[in-house]
Amino acid sequence: MEQYRIDPQKGLEFGLYTLGDHLPNPATGERISASQRLEEIIELAKLAEDVGIDFFSVGESHQDHFTTQAHSVVLSAIAQATEKIKIASSSTIISTLDPVRVFEDFATIDLISKGRTELIAGRASRVGNFELLGYDLQDYEELYEEKFDLLLQINQEKYVNWEGKYRAPLRNAHVLPRPYQGSLPIWRAVGGHPSSAVKAGYAGVPIFVATLGGPVSIFKRTIDAYRDALGEAGHNPDQFPVATAGFFYLAETTQQAQRETYPSINEGMQKTNGRGYPKQHFAQGASPRDVMNIGSPQEVIEKILYQHEMYGHQRYIAQMDFGGIPFDKLRKNIELIGKEVLPAIQKYTAK
Amino acid sequence: MNIVAIAGSVVGSKTKSAMQYTVEILKDKYPDQEVSLLDLAEYDMQFSDGRNYLDYQGDTKFVTETIMNADVIMVGTPIFQASIPGTLKNLFDLLPTSALEGKVVSMLVTAGSQRHYLIPEQQLKPILSYMKAQVVQQYVYIEDVDFYRKEITNDDVLFRIERLVEDTMMLARTYQQMQREKDAKYDF
Repeated sequence: MEQYRIDPQKGLEFGLYTLGDHLPNPATGERISASQRLEEIIELAKLAEDVGIDFFSVGESHQDHFTTQAHSVVLSAIAQATEKIKIASSSTIISTLDPVRVFEDFATIDLISKGRTELIAGRASRVGNFELLGYDLQDYEELYEEKFDLLLQINQEKYVNWEGKYRAPLRNAHVLPRPYQGSLPIWRAVGGHPSSAVKAGYAGVPIFVATLGGPVSIFKRTIDAYRDALGEAGHNPDQFPVATAGFFYLAETTQQAQRETYPSINEGMQKTNGRGYPKQHFAQGASPRDVMNIGSPQEVIEKILYQHEMYGHQRYIAQMDFGGIPFDKLRKNIELIGKEVLPAIQKYTAK
Repeated sequence: MNIVAIAGSVVGSKTKSAMQYTVEILKDKYPDQEVSLLDLAEYDMQFSDGRNYLDYQGDTKFVTETIMNADVIMVGTPIFQASIPGTLKNLFDLLPTSALEGKVVSMLVTAGSQRHYLIPEQQLKPILSYMKAQVVQQYVYIEDVDFYRKEITNDDVLFRIERLVEDTMMLARTYQQMQREKDAKYDF
């Protein structure tokens, strides 16, 4: 766990992530400017740090309704604006980027942040970046696996000798700068399907699992399959952290939390993925056995603790800004996290 | 309601004729509704490669978006090699798995003989059900002998199409009412 800068004695880490979506507030139909959205994301990281949240990450998405395409640039600004909070990408679409360049960027952010930077590499669920950046979608799987492997190699070796299909070979390449503590924690983003988690297990890398909706037990299968694969490949599962990520929102009551988030999530999903969120499914999200952490602080605390009991994970990462939720609501959520959620999680999960 | 009729093949004329006739009935009996005909022969569709439908460009994006925006879909298909044409299957492959959730879908089938009568039942219906459509149970099956020079000449077929249109619209209205009642249960 030390390699990933995680101390299990301290209990479950709590983080926030943003996909950097740039969507209108469904109540007013108005959209803030891209500049304001970016400013608010940086502000969100600062507020998170102030209340003691452990982690903040920013996603990369190349399509309409998003604004953090250059997510490493945003993370660099966050590195400068904060002092303690861990920062990361969630996720970097390594398939259509050059691992050397990505490593240079993230090692630089790590130096600026004095060793607080992590990298979560994913494959892209929407694929506009393939055409935009000059790649063939037919190579979807192979591009990811090859480039992810190269990224890990650059992270581990000072001088890299490498040859592959999708990038010019590297001969004794000295990739600089080196991160603050010699290497970066690098995670694999997993969409929830066990097969990707199993690959991460064989490769011996930690996983960041997206858990947007549905029963906790479904995602437990993915996490169990990951730990089994780690064991089968000769790794010690106790040394590899697991993070889960999903929708989160607090209000006085669960009903109010649902009222305040449903239009954002439904219309946001409709705009970004072409399908809204059925009310019936959303309503079931309030069940203690569902992964969706939208509700009153007490109910959400109990859900997070239940998930921790089931998954034995090391970090939970909340997405609460999707779909044009106004900033004052986000600020209020962060206050509640600091005041109610973090102390409770700490109390029940720290050893 | 937004109603889309699909002529699901790039060759031949019978399915297209049947769908044009269906659209005329829809326009005549339900003048307040939006009705459009998607004749797949008129579009240059890409083969599905697994991406989200919004990530395609051109005709592929237009056709998939039109279907996703529909409340009611009337699928017209010929029978090729004891199954639906690849063109139509590709259209389903381009869409998300639950693409037809909340939509009412009915079927019109043209075929050379009665030997293929159960093909829609056994091949098209399972796809529609898997994609969560509300499928109208009855379908209209039209044979070669029912046509003369691109016109349907069998009155029995014409009556059956009229009944299918009525049943489809009735189920669509019922289904929307059901959905409204279901959603009204929640206060968000």
